[in-house]
Amino acid sequence: MNWDYLLSLFMGGLTRGSIYALIALGYTMVYGIITLINFAHGEIYMIGAFTALIAIGVLTLAGWNGTAILLIAAVAAVVYAAAYGWTLERIAYRPLRHAPRLSALISAIGMSLFLQNYVRMAQTANFLPFPNLIPEFAFLKPVAHIVRSSELVIYAVTALVMLLLTLLVRFTRMGKAMRATAQDRDMAMLSGVDVDRVISLTFVIGSAIAATGGVLIASHIGQINFYIGFLAGIKAFVAAVLGGIGSLPGAVLGGLVLGWTESFFTGYVSSDYEDVFAFLFLVGILIFRPSGLLGRKQMEKV
Amino acid sequence: MRNRVSRRAGHAVIIIMTIFGMMLTGCSQKEAPSNAGEKQTQPPIKIAVVGSHSGDLASYGIPSARAAQLVVDQRNAACGINGRRIELLVEDDVCKPEIAANSATKVVGEGAQAVLGHICSGATKAALGIYKESRLVTISPSATNPALTQSGDYPNFFRTIASDDAQARLEVDFVLGHLKAQKIAVLHDKGDYGKGLAEFAKGFIEADPRGEVVLYEGITPGAVDYSAVVNKIHQSGAQAVIYGGYHPEASKIVAQMRKKAMAIPFVSDDGVKDDTFIKVAGEFAEGVYATGPVDTTHNPIAIEAVKAHKAKYGEDPGAFFLNAYAATLALVNAFEKSCATDYDALVKALRTEWVATPLGIIRFDERGDAIGVGFAMYQVQNGKYVEIK
Repeated sequence: MNWDYLLSLFMGGLTRGSIYALIALGYTMVYGIITLINFAHGEIYMIGAFTALIAIGVLTLAGWNGTAILLIAAVAAVVYAAAYGWTLERIAYRPLRHAPRLSALISAIGMSLFLQNYVRMAQTANFLPFPNLIPEFAFLKPVAHIVRSSELVIYAVTALVMLLLTLLVRFTRMGKAMRATAQDRDMAMLSGVDVDRVISLTFVIGSAIAATGGVLIASHIGQINFYIGFLAGIKAFVAAVLGGIGSLPGAVLGGLVLGWTESFFTGYVSSDYEDVFAFLFLVGILIFRPSGLLGRKQMEKV
Repeated sequence: MRNRVSRRAGHAVIIIMTIFGMMLTGCSQKEAPSNAGEKQTQPPIKIAVVGSHSGDLASYGIPSARAAQLVVDQRNAACGINGRRIELLVEDDVCKPEIAANSATKVVGEGAQAVLGHICSGATKAALGIYKESRLVTISPSATNPALTQSGDYPNFFRTIASDDAQARLEVDFVLGHLKAQKIAVLHDKGDYGKGLAEFAKGFIEADPRGEVVLYEGITPGAVDYSAVVNKIHQSGAQAVIYGGYHPEASKIVAQMRKKAMAIPFVSDDGVKDDTFIKVAGEFAEGVYATGPVDTTHNPIAIEAVKAHKAKYGEDPGAFFLNAYAATLALVNAFEKSCATDYDALVKALRTEWVATPLGIIRFDERGDAIGVGFAMYQVQNGKYVEIK
């Protein structure tokens, strides 16, 4: 048994898992509130990364440097992507609120394709380099072959985001309104909850988290193009389902489990069938726990 | 009733026009080399040009026919080959094996003394048996299937393009010979191109006593992170990585390797020998090796050939034009140097006589592959691909 190797794979899986988790949180929030699978969520992640890249370009020209650029670019990305999430809900989902669920799903797929091709035409179809703005921490030097500082930042941000979200949902007025909307939208409306506002806010928060993920991951990997949202979105969706769609801790757990599964399978078996194995694992879990690892049982309302 | 009759008539018109149209194009391709020299008493040397001149893959075949035409026009305007005029027999095989066999029989029947073609590997293979029986030298500008030369089945076959496995061969020779690595990790992106190359590379390393494959893996294109695979390379103790695939994944893998302080050489193919790779991978691209086609942009014959093409056809030449130009020059040179048209003399001339072509100065090895045509190894040095001699 080679412990160093095991640890490297564990950390690699943790990185992947955190990336999936950051995107899965948005999926699961939206699904929890309006039972819509927002397929355009991966595209919001991609738009966040592009916005950050543009902001970095501008700030670098203006002579800024280092961590300041990263922070300002991240804020710009978060704000811009949140605005996209809000707009998306207003023009693509709200008019279909009372239509059959399938219509909203088709609308989501349409938005996903639209945003992808829009970025391809407005920006470029090429891969673009993304600067690594997270400084190498000195205290990580001895373990640099196992974990890098950009990975450490990804873990920290994922944990922080999950914590803040949980606090928001559990202990604030808005969180209470969210939970009420999730349980029964009509009843919440009757009790005076502004459902439209709650749903808009859900999209805004979900998009902001996805954009944060986009900036961190682009900085970790070092390149972006218009297509990165698609595969990441699909994997994050799998993570959300695995953890129990609608559950916030479930999304993070699902992401981590998926990341570790892929990492260990690649490390000890073969990366040729990485995706095959990841999805087999998903099927296996759903057979024994149909509502995911942490999902609640859906009560059939009579 | 009237309606039906008129529709039939319409069909007939279309059919007639189609056939007639085909004849027109056929004629126009053949009439060109006519007025060179009527006085000659010696019969002309007939070279068949067979390839896809119509259909989906016409764009692969037409540039070759034009290249042959340009070379032949030029030679006929002088005094042909040793005073004999050259005549082209142009045949269309639509890149289909079953039609290629018919075309082959036809040009043999018309008395071709050598063949330039075919274009597609499948069609070439179907026709080669017929040419072999008739003892006809065949030079293809574009058939890249490795078995055509390496099987040894077709001693009459030559080509002016590198075979599919040439890049893998070059990569493996470079890694084992030049870099002196013994343990090699071979990765690919599971696509046709990347996996094909990786399989050839794996086979070559296994056949060579100097090296062994310690890791053979396909990666998932577009994944968010490759740290598991990079860890696996590290764990395998590989001294070099050969990667078959394109630049987006290559740049991610190289960047992750370098960030994990793995400095082992990374060797890849012409999917990576792209300036976008250097742009995206940035500082991590430095030192990466990639194979790519030998540069012909400064070759004077190539410049001249392209200029002649533009003058005659009013556009830039298409695919395999320079390869076909080189093949025709090699053929004409072989006829000239052997002072004969018999098979053995021609083959000997092709294998021994160096000839200056748009692809460089070439001759053919005993299997029929052109020496001096193909790929070169490049390395990223100071943000640019530099050829390693």
